[in-house]
Amino acid sequence: MEANNHHRPPGALERAEDSAGIDIVGLTKRYLTPKGETFTAIRDVTLRVEPGQFCSIVGPTGCGKSTTLAQVSGLENPSEGSVKVGGMTVEGITNGVSYMFQADALFPWKSVLGNVMMGPTLLGTPKREATALSMDWLRRVGLAGFEDRYPHQLSGGMRKRVAMAAALINNPRILLMDEPFGALDVQTKAIMQNELLKLWEELRPSVLFITHDLDEAVALSDRVVIMTSSPGSVKDVFDIDLPRPRGNVQEIRHEERFLELQGHIWESLKDEVTRAYARTAGAAGAAAA
Amino acid sequence: MTTLTHNETRKSEKPVETETAAKNAGRNKARRRTRAIWIGRLMLAVVVIGGWQWFTEEGWVDKFFFGQPTQIWDALVKLFTEGTAFGTIWENLGVTAQEALLGFVLGTLVGVVLGLLLGSNKYLSAVVGPYIRILNSIPRIVLGSIFIVAFGLGSFPKILLAAVLVFFVVFFNAFQGVREVDQNLVANVRVLGASPFQVAMHVTIPSAMTWIIASLHTAFGFAIIGALVAEVLGAQKGIGLIISQAQGTFDPDTVFACMVIIAVITLGAEFLIGLLEHRLLKWRPPNRSEAQSI
Repeated sequence: MEANNHHRPPGALERAEDSAGIDIVGLTKRYLTPKGETFTAIRDVTLRVEPGQFCSIVGPTGCGKSTTLAQVSGLENPSEGSVKVGGMTVEGITNGVSYMFQADALFPWKSVLGNVMMGPTLLGTPKREATALSMDWLRRVGLAGFEDRYPHQLSGGMRKRVAMAAALINNPRILLMDEPFGALDVQTKAIMQNELLKLWEELRPSVLFITHDLDEAVALSDRVVIMTSSPGSVKDVFDIDLPRPRGNVQEIRHEERFLELQGHIWESLKDEVTRAYARTAGAAGAAAA
Repeated sequence: MTTLTHNETRKSEKPVETETAAKNAGRNKARRRTRAIWIGRLMLAVVVIGGWQWFTEEGWVDKFFFGQPTQIWDALVKLFTEGTAFGTIWENLGVTAQEALLGFVLGTLVGVVLGLLLGSNKYLSAVVGPYIRILNSIPRIVLGSIFIVAFGLGSFPKILLAAVLVFFVVFFNAFQGVREVDQNLVANVRVLGASPFQVAMHVTIPSAMTWIIASLHTAFGFAIIGALVAEVLGAQKGIGLIISQAQGTFDPDTVFACMVIIAVITLGAEFLIGLLEHRLLKWRPPNRSEAQSI
């Protein structure tokens, strides 16, 4: 039950001082392939996310971005190096963490309400309280009246809203997002980004946000981390000094400072993407030959 | 902008009419289709059963060996009015149904528990897996003989054989069901602080349920087969005994009559399982596959 103590009281707002920073130092993760060979996914990753900061990780495909998140959440243990959350070294599942994936990761057999209620229920919140809290969150993400639907009856954007409510309802200290909007169409994506920013500004958890989309990263984040292709490691860190609240992410894209930062970061990212592409293309060519 | 809306309103007058017309046409078409299907079904039954009757009547096929629909009907009536040498048909049917049901429950329980256990434990499944595959490949019906020698002519060996047949069907489905669990969902609840037990209750079991319930349809058929075969091998009561008795007296009509009775029972059980499925899996999107309608 010790685990519960680390969660912030659900629903409490403006508690940035409670959110924990993330300190990743010399993190290396190797996997054993079925053939018995070792594969290094990330090597010597060091990065810091300040408490309440929104940090994006951008990098070419297969550079170990998701691996980094798995180490932070405590779902996996690092081979070398350490991850500290709020000053405590991660061993086992980190307290007060929520995950959001590219795939919906909703329970298809639970109603919308049941899905959102999962978090409080696992914390042992009494049912009536959990229901009230979930209804409140569904209202916040604009899904009031949809609580009895099943996920398959919702559109992609609505499912994302449910996932967002389910991820935020426990008022996490840390929100890990693994390309959460990757599968959405452009318009829905923009809407969801605004929603996310709005909710994040209310709750201010520390966010680690993985994306392929540089525009998305710059528009949402305080800090953008560029990773090299495999084995992944940190190439560059950029601080984004666009003022908060950012407002509409679609409008911010046309601002001069945004374009300047975006161009700057793209210079750094371009090499990595080209190298990663050349490698996969080269590998395909070798395989074909 | 105004001209656009104006145009739209003008246009929408006519489509309303055509739309209702199209709806009616669609409904009529669907109704005609349903009627055609039922006519087809009826004709198929008439051709098969009528042909059987005709061929045996004409003597092209010997009714002594292959029975005859009208005589099967007579045998069926006789079974229900006069009973059998081993008591009324209800008594025997009750025995068989009870054996099949208990075997079904036992096999399902063991299959689900072991399937979930092995499915969620990689080491255990790697160790036990090959043996289960070996057991699965031996002709399990033959186990009936062993069970009867070991446990006598009572109900127990029948229940056991039915359970063994049911077990493998359910086990493999439960196992596969656990393997197909969305790992994102597992990660999600683990991060939220779920214990292994909570992961099983909230993710693994509900997710595997689709597979398990799908297997129950086939499994009940196997339960009936197990009970019947064990009864044919040796029993003091039951439909299987009536069948083996009828076989001994060259009475194919009674054998067919028993088949009809069992078919009705199985269809009834199938219907109940269907209801259960509908209730437990009401969250699933409607299945659009054509196979569903068969």
